[in-house]
Amino acid sequence: MHDLAQQIVSGLATGSIFASMALALVLIYRSMGVINFAQGELAMFSTYVAWQLVQMGVPMWGAFFITIVVAFAGGVLLERVVIRPVERAPQLTLVIVTLGLFTAINGLAGWFWGYIVKPFPTPFPTTPLQIGGVAFSAQDVGVIVVSLITLGLISLFFQKTKLGLAMRAAALYPDQSRVLGIRVGWMLALGWGLASVVGAISGIMIAPVVFLDPNMMQSVIVYAFAAAVLGGIESPIGAVVGGLILGVVLNLLGTYVEAIGNELRLAAALAIIVAVLVIKPSGLFGRATVQRV
Amino acid sequence: MSALAEPIVVPLLEARGLHARYGEIEAIRGIDLTVGTGAIVALLGANGSGKTSTLRALTGAIKTTGAVVFAGSPLKGAPEDAARRGIAHVPEGRGTLSTLTVWENLTLGGYLTSDRKRFARQYDRVAGYFPWIAERKSQAAGTLSGGEQQMLAIARALMMEPKLLLLDEPSLGLAPMIVRDIFALLRTINEQAGVTILVAEQNATVALATADHAYVLEAGRIAMHGACAELAENDQVRRSYLGY
Repeated sequence: MHDLAQQIVSGLATGSIFASMALALVLIYRSMGVINFAQGELAMFSTYVAWQLVQMGVPMWGAFFITIVVAFAGGVLLERVVIRPVERAPQLTLVIVTLGLFTAINGLAGWFWGYIVKPFPTPFPTTPLQIGGVAFSAQDVGVIVVSLITLGLISLFFQKTKLGLAMRAAALYPDQSRVLGIRVGWMLALGWGLASVVGAISGIMIAPVVFLDPNMMQSVIVYAFAAAVLGGIESPIGAVVGGLILGVVLNLLGTYVEAIGNELRLAAALAIIVAVLVIKPSGLFGRATVQRV
Repeated sequence: MSALAEPIVVPLLEARGLHARYGEIEAIRGIDLTVGTGAIVALLGANGSGKTSTLRALTGAIKTTGAVVFAGSPLKGAPEDAARRGIAHVPEGRGTLSTLTVWENLTLGGYLTSDRKRFARQYDRVAGYFPWIAERKSQAAGTLSGGEQQMLAIARALMMEPKLLLLDEPSLGLAPMIVRDIFALLRTINEQAGVTILVAEQNATVALATADHAYVLEAGRIAMHGACAELAENDQVRRSYLGY
């Protein structure tokens, strides 16, 4: 029983990372109709920035917040410089551009910091937490708490602020938004900034577990993609729920089903993507919109 | 306008030699028009005569050559710039943000106002014109009836506190009684809030009865223009251009 509780919490911890990365994918997808394949690499690069700051003597949480600011600026800048010129290009062009960004950022990180795997300090205590007589890893609980706070703040921003509302409108109804005075291009750039922040937080949260190297996010992004598809690629709530479900299910499968183990987890994630696309392409939370004309 | 003294018409919007094309097709071919401050001007014409293109050309939504002067200075750039200058455009299809609520639609109408008090004041004013809005704030805009969506579009445009309101076929797909209500409201808004209105409309009868001045478009050109009262009485105009 204790073991199951621990496995579930540990699944929720990885699940909340998947959820955050999936949300980052959904944020971009909703405004551009394209999966940003470079999302994981952006997160990886931000994580290196955090590592560099820690190396320079900045305390862990200080590095965390500085990295968030850097990631936001980087995301906005990337959209303005790289995406802007191809904003209205066919989707295939955009996909190729994000793939190009993927290799470019990966190569850049390798060039700056090398491909040798580095340990990453955990921002959380290393002693287990005792909750209800069960010992949970503080890292797991910390990751869950930080991710939920992040997702909660993002949700509040979109639901409760005028800017968040304008970003939603710009993503869904670009032409109608323009006539209201909303600068749709800048909303897209802000979206890239936010997605990049969410990614950076995921990267910092998972780095102590998977360690730091330029390829650290590559399986995470596949899980995040699976989570987004599971939840409904257009649905932010779906991305979060999909991520949490995926984290828990994969962890339980890996632990209790010998045949899957750690090796076949990624394959299981891909199987989920295919199954969802076949059975319910709109995902758990995707729905057909109803409207009168 | 009062009959006592013909006031000097100060143009709020002036377009000279407006051309616009979609690829090979020339949608409008040299439009000249003037909208006087405080007036209601109608843009009439059949389907495909260039009404929508003219409105879109005015706000920079399509590539255009020619000059547009608004409130004394040239109007350049994209629709968002026109919005910032005080032009509220209710586009073809009403621009409904369907999945957003009525309240969110209105909030975005007030996107450019950062002053909360001013927003609240404007909302009260708008809710005065459309009392039903207060009870339907949390309804998704896409589930409103066509007439309600049109009214919401006008309400949202008014939240921008515009100097000029551009409307693209507000009568489209609506029952005659609702069309009459909407045009009566436009008149009220024009008189009470002093908003200048340029309305593109296929329904010439109701537009001529509401507007002060009208332009008749034919194949991307202005075929004729004049005071609505005169146009409505001109038999030839009625037969050739207005179809009734």
